[in-house]
Amino acid sequence: MARTLSAPVTVAFDYTRSTGPVLGRFLTGLRDGKVLGGRTSEGRVVVPPPEFDPVTHAAIDEFVEVAPTGTVTSWTWVPEPVKDQPFDRPFAFALVTLDGADAPLLHALDVTAPDQVSTGMRVRVRWADERVGAITDIACFEPVVGLDGVESDDPGPDRARPQPRNEAATERSRPTDVSGVVTPVSLDYLYAASPEESAFYRGLNEGRILGQRCPSCQKVYVPPRSACPSDGTPTAEEVEVSQTGTITTFCIVNVPFLGQKITPPYVSAYVLLDGADIAVLHLILGVEASEVRMGMRVEAVWKPEEEWQYSLENIDHFEPTGEPDADYESYRHHL
Amino acid sequence: MAKQPAAVVGVGQTHHRAKREDVSMAGLCREAIDRALLDANLTLDEIDAIVVGKAPDLFEGVMMPELFLADALGAAGKPLLRVHTAGSVGGSTAIVASSLVQAGVHKRVLTVAFEKQSESNAMWALSVPLPFNMPVHAGAGGYFAPHVRSYIRRSEAPTHVGAIVAAKDRQNALKNPYAHLKNPDTTVESVLASQMLWDPIRYDETCPSSDGACALVIVDEDTAAASPNPAWIHGTVMRSEATTAAERDQVNPQASRDAAAVLWKQAGITNPIEEIDAAEIYVPFSWFEPMWLESLGFAEANGGGWRLTESGATAMDGRLPVNCSGGVLSSNPIGASGMLRFGEAALQVRGAAGEHQVDGARRALGHAYGGGSQFFAMWVVGSEKPSN
Ligand SMILES: [Zn+2]
Repeated sequence: MARTLSAPVTVAFDYTRSTGPVLGRFLTGLRDGKVLGGRTSEGRVVVPPPEFDPVTHAAIDEFVEVAPTGTVTSWTWVPEPVKDQPFDRPFAFALVTLDGADAPLLHALDVTAPDQVSTGMRVRVRWADERVGAITDIACFEPVVGLDGVESDDPGPDRARPQPRNEAATERSRPTDVSGVVTPVSLDYLYAASPEESAFYRGLNEGRILGQRCPSCQKVYVPPRSACPSDGTPTAEEVEVSQTGTITTFCIVNVPFLGQKITPPYVSAYVLLDGADIAVLHLILGVEASEVRMGMRVEAVWKPEEEWQYSLENIDHFEPTGEPDADYESYRHHL
Repeated sequence: MAKQPAAVVGVGQTHHRAKREDVSMAGLCREAIDRALLDANLTLDEIDAIVVGKAPDLFEGVMMPELFLADALGAAGKPLLRVHTAGSVGGSTAIVASSLVQAGVHKRVLTVAFEKQSESNAMWALSVPLPFNMPVHAGAGGYFAPHVRSYIRRSEAPTHVGAIVAAKDRQNALKNPYAHLKNPDTTVESVLASQMLWDPIRYDETCPSSDGACALVIVDEDTAAASPNPAWIHGTVMRSEATTAAERDQVNPQASRDAAAVLWKQAGITNPIEEIDAAEIYVPFSWFEPMWLESLGFAEANGGGWRLTESGATAMDGRLPVNCSGGVLSSNPIGASGMLRFGEAALQVRGAAGEHQVDGARRALGHAYGGGSQFFAMWVVGSEKPSN
């Protein structure tokens, strides 16, 4: 048996990004099938446009349409693509300086072997079938000279066209400018419990609640923390604590939120188990939320044994024992 | 060698809103920075170093945002540092920036803190269920509500004191052109009538979720000579403590008490309530006003805080005006919230707080806390150069 327990956990959210006026203009251009650069105070055309000028620090407000064709200035080979990359087979990432631009843009290049890509090669934008105002509107770059050796339409360099500086001067009919994008993020972790926590979760799988006593201050930690948070002493002595305890303080959660596992309203309470010196946070049931009190005596109610795992969720909830409330003095130093 | 004198000569902040969809993160920061530089009569080129702060990366889903922001912040060719201490980060960031000047390393430091909460969902980000654990966590409100209940029990506070704080701060916010919430109809009664979210915390007793940024320009004595109204830094302190120690006092944490004691000593203050003219205290849930008043030594522990609040002493015209800006309860771009407290304290002693100015404020407190009440950052600023 492994010394420690671990389990996968995925943290995922569809984040939004307000683009601001400069990147919004760039993405609006992509949606409309145009690549726009920003002209800096030094006269350079940079794609995508920087939000602020690197020299004067003023907001970039002059935009230039550059050509959909350009030259590879450097590249790297991607032999084993990972999830959500532009291709699911080997390809190149390339720095492409578009005709009319002075700085390169990083994007994928549709070639299938490293000998098909070289610095100085001519490439052009391959637009996505459906354009929405995102960098993926450029599906990738593709060689201007096809693998069959036939050169397709290459309008050549010198294609830069100034764009109206004043938004109001542009055509009226175009849809609203892009002001935001959605960027889904999903991270897969392996959550590892410490050896001491693992012992705690294994105890729960046997219907026991295990803590550890600090040899310096004698406090019993549930769950055990590897080292005492107060004095740093490694904790080793295992202590089984009671399944009965006292509610020190609590909150009634009435608010629903994204990712919530328990339907509100519910009582989330600190339960100081008899024999422990720190309270555990758990759910209180078997009593109206409005009847829950500080000092109330409660006991663990376990799920059926066949549902047990290595988890604090084996304890379904705590419910009142019916004993008289604990004396305030017995738990006030835990508030 | 003693600390070099340092002063705040520029304060800038954004208009805080639930969603600032008109600006990117860089644009949000620059809105605050440009105002701070204008106030300081300096340009980005005259800045020696930049210190940036924001709260957990999960709030926007951007790892190390300082990397992509460097260019927009004007940091190319300069030192750029990022500070991270959860909700107190805005305060810690300002302290790191001031320490660079006090240590004589730099003469003109720009510091900025921000949060664009609308890019994500902080409640979700603070409640991600972990394997093996009981999924009872319910955001910051769920975390702090039990400790508010503990305070009410320990201090035997009447239950309407939290509502007094909320109504006061929302009324103060009406005098602050940058504040997020503008609810002229908020009264103690309306707060008490609002929904109980995390019992004992009601909806109107919680901070909003805001997009916003704050920036400060902190300079040495020579540079400050050109400013008509520098806010001199009289003391700075940061303290931390463990989240999970047995019998940890979460109502009045040791780190908070220790920090306050050191801060008052540094600033030469022996009786805070008499000697501080305005306080900007980090109050994301209304009850933290009386809690921190006690912890900071403005009032006796276990009851002095709520009595002070209930008496009206913390109102704009009271003995110790607290959160004249409207505070965190009226604007909460989390990463920036601490710096807003520090910046608003500076505005008070510079006589530059506009409609929410406390007449003749000479010394002010800026305060922030973060994590599970485990990180503390505070400063005292004054209109006079410190003598110590
Ligand atoms: Zn110990």
